[in-house]
Amino acid sequence: MPALNIQDFSFTYKGSDEVSLNNITLPIMKNAITSLIGPSGCGKSTLLRSMNRIHDLYQGNIYNGKIDFFDIKTEQIINILEIKTENEFIKLRQKVGMIFQKPTPFPMSIFDNIAYGLKISGIKNKSELQDKVEQALVSSALFDEVKDRLHKPATSLSSGQQQRLCIARAIAVEPDVLLFDEPTSSLDPISTGAIEELIVELKNDISIAIVTHNMQQASRISDYTAFMHQGTLIEYDKTENIFLNPQEQKTENYITGRFD
Amino acid sequence: MILNRLNIEKNFQNISLISASLVFVLIFSIFITLFVSAAPAINEFGLDFIIDSDWNKRAIATDNLHKEKGIFSKNHLEVQRYSIKDINDINADNDKDMMIDVDETNTKTIYGGLVPIVGTILTTLIALIFSLPIAMGIAVFLAEIAPKHISNIVGVAIELLAAIPSIIFGMWGLYYFAPMITKFFGGYQVSLLTAGLVLGVMILPFIASLTRDSMKTTPNVLKESAYALGATKFEVIKDIIFPYSRVGIIGSIILALGRALGETMAVAFLIGSVFVLPSALTKPTISIPVAMANNFGGASGLGESSLFYLTLILFAISFSIISFAKFFFLKRA
Amino acid sequence: MRLLINKIFLLLSITSSIIGLSFLAWILITLFIKGFSSFHLSLFMNDLIDGGLRNLLIGQIILASLASLIGIPIGITAGIYIQEYGRGKYSHLIRDLSDIMMSAPSIVIGAFVYAIVVVPSGGTSGFAGAIALAIMLTPVVIITTDNMLSLIPKELREAGIAIGASKYKVILHIVMRSAKVGIMTGILLAFARIVGETAPLLFTSETSNYLSLNLSDSFPSLTVSIYELANEPEASSRDLAWAASLILTLLVLFINLSSRYILRNKK
Repeated sequence: MPALNIQDFSFTYKGSDEVSLNNITLPIMKNAITSLIGPSGCGKSTLLRSMNRIHDLYQGNIYNGKIDFFDIKTEQIINILEIKTENEFIKLRQKVGMIFQKPTPFPMSIFDNIAYGLKISGIKNKSELQDKVEQALVSSALFDEVKDRLHKPATSLSSGQQQRLCIARAIAVEPDVLLFDEPTSSLDPISTGAIEELIVELKNDISIAIVTHNMQQASRISDYTAFMHQGTLIEYDKTENIFLNPQEQKTENYITGRFD
Repeated sequence: MILNRLNIEKNFQNISLISASLVFVLIFSIFITLFVSAAPAINEFGLDFIIDSDWNKRAIATDNLHKEKGIFSKNHLEVQRYSIKDINDINADNDKDMMIDVDETNTKTIYGGLVPIVGTILTTLIALIFSLPIAMGIAVFLAEIAPKHISNIVGVAIELLAAIPSIIFGMWGLYYFAPMITKFFGGYQVSLLTAGLVLGVMILPFIASLTRDSMKTTPNVLKESAYALGATKFEVIKDIIFPYSRVGIIGSIILALGRALGETMAVAFLIGSVFVLPSALTKPTISIPVAMANNFGGASGLGESSLFYLTLILFAISFSIISFAKFFFLKRA
Repeated sequence: MRLLINKIFLLLSITSSIIGLSFLAWILITLFIKGFSSFHLSLFMNDLIDGGLRNLLIGQIILASLASLIGIPIGITAGIYIQEYGRGKYSHLIRDLSDIMMSAPSIVIGAFVYAIVVVPSGGTSGFAGAIALAIMLTPVVIITTDNMLSLIPKELREAGIAIGASKYKVILHIVMRSAKVGIMTGILLAFARIVGETAPLLFTSETSNYLSLNLSDSFPSLTVSIYELANEPEASSRDLAWAASLILTLLVLFINLSSRYILRNKK
């Protein structure tokens, strides 16, 4: 059962003549890591950002098709492209979280950062907040490093720690799906390794989609891989198949570095 | 040939250095000039000038016990102020040998700057309190709420409001805004309140533009991160944008304060221009720039020097506040 | 509940903007109504002594133009120094001082020029007024020039030096040329600002009822006269003040809008 089922999805940016995404059909499988790979400009970030409808912050974009989201709690399937009310948007984003390319710590303390999503969803009880924050920090392997300075500003952390902070912040609200947009591209190799480990652990509870331009990363951590080119999904399969036995010529060219 | 080029290069550099240094020379000269012109008043009244509310009052020195025609003292506590009328009244009640003779040797004119100083500060405060919420609302609208083309148009409109000369604000304020204000609050049409509110309208676009610019420095990813957690626009503005741009916003407000202190023409139309401490907001009074504008023309001697003293105080306060805003808040990259 | 707060907040923000715009509209409408009712062509043909505004308009523009002649060269060269030649503390100091002077009270400038020009020369003069306006203009030109030059990428300068051009040539021919539009816009906006100033002229050039363009005597000024007319008891004086206000505002707004238009087009 896919956590997100993308069907015939097309997307055009506001004011653009060209279609950015062309009839994409793709499942994001539950409790698995699906990576989106492809050359720059292929639309992988555009696709990812459609999954939590963050595009809608900027008006005028056009989309067609369907993206079905399976809500674990209510056991209902919702087409997220039909969401219109602000309430529904908020609910969607609490279920489908996002981590960005650059770490984005909020201008507040470490504790307040993690607690932010919880507070705005109405949790006020101090001990409940404390528990959930601690849990999120433990799950993102950050707790030991920050437990003595929870009330220091989040900007005092290193970039690797900041990115783990953003992950902790996102998982604190217990989402069903997490979207990662090139999460390690601005980090050093050691921090990258730590985050990759973290993502692999998270998949036990959360379904994950990750955009990466690093093929090794995709082959290391993901269960499924989707290769895109110029807005079209060229091939989607289990990761080992994509890398060891690609069906499409374009896929093979990209993986072997022959792409032009 | 190359020597020639070097010469021109050197000359050009020197000329530009001299031009730049003129700024330094200018500020230095202004302080010195004001100080020199104010020196007679500073000498005469000292720092008591700042807390003395009597402007252009005849003062008579008396020693209560001996009713002697005394020596004038710089300590204003020893000088009793009477208007000529008061003195005549006192004399009417006194016995012959207790009468106070008023002549050149025992009277002088006293100038105290408290009223304009208070007026300057209060009009500015009123202006700030009035304009701050509205300006913040406009800034938020321009930075986060309005779609691009509306934001552009409204932004230009706000900057046009800022471009309108202050004397126009004075005209409109006196004949149109002030009557409306007095309809709601009662009181005089020329008063601390009306002057403060018109001043508020004047600094409104300034605060709005600067705040909007500060807000726009917030990186998009940061905002998106908050939206991605399900935050509403209000929450993003309150929890992310304002804290992030807090320093710039505060700096803008302080800068606006510094500017408002020195505003002359709009306030001149509306404050009433009387050297009286207002017993209520709706009563007329005066501010330093207005004292200058309306009184400098006919002033001479100690009176003129006192006006320079006021101007020096104004320049010092204004310069300090603007510098404070710049150095602590509005750091440029 | 959160959404309700959000909606209320948005509404408040929109309301504030409407209030801000209303003030602008109110002022402009007032100017048009009061100004137009006393408007006729003879205003441009008569001087103040005959109930017209001709001498005042010409005088104000001459004062502002003279101030620009003084202030623009100084401002641009100083701005060039700060951005191109300056290193370290001194140029930063000049930049900061210019920034501060931009917001300084205009009445202080008037008092200053009174003390150093009017008093020694024995009386008010157009020359003193122009100097006062120049003092107000120069910091704005400095900051504008500095800002516009800082937008030019350093690679452009490096390319110029690499061809063998001397530094001043690089600055004048390459860098300034690229920044030309921005600087001109800044200058126009600064001009619009000083043409509407009153306080610096009050005791330096005062005003005049005649078209006497003698710079060593009291010089006609539109703004100072508006102030005087508004304080006169006669209704006709006030009507004239409104007409003058309308013309002044139209002039200032016109300069503002056109310089924005130029900047937008050039981009």
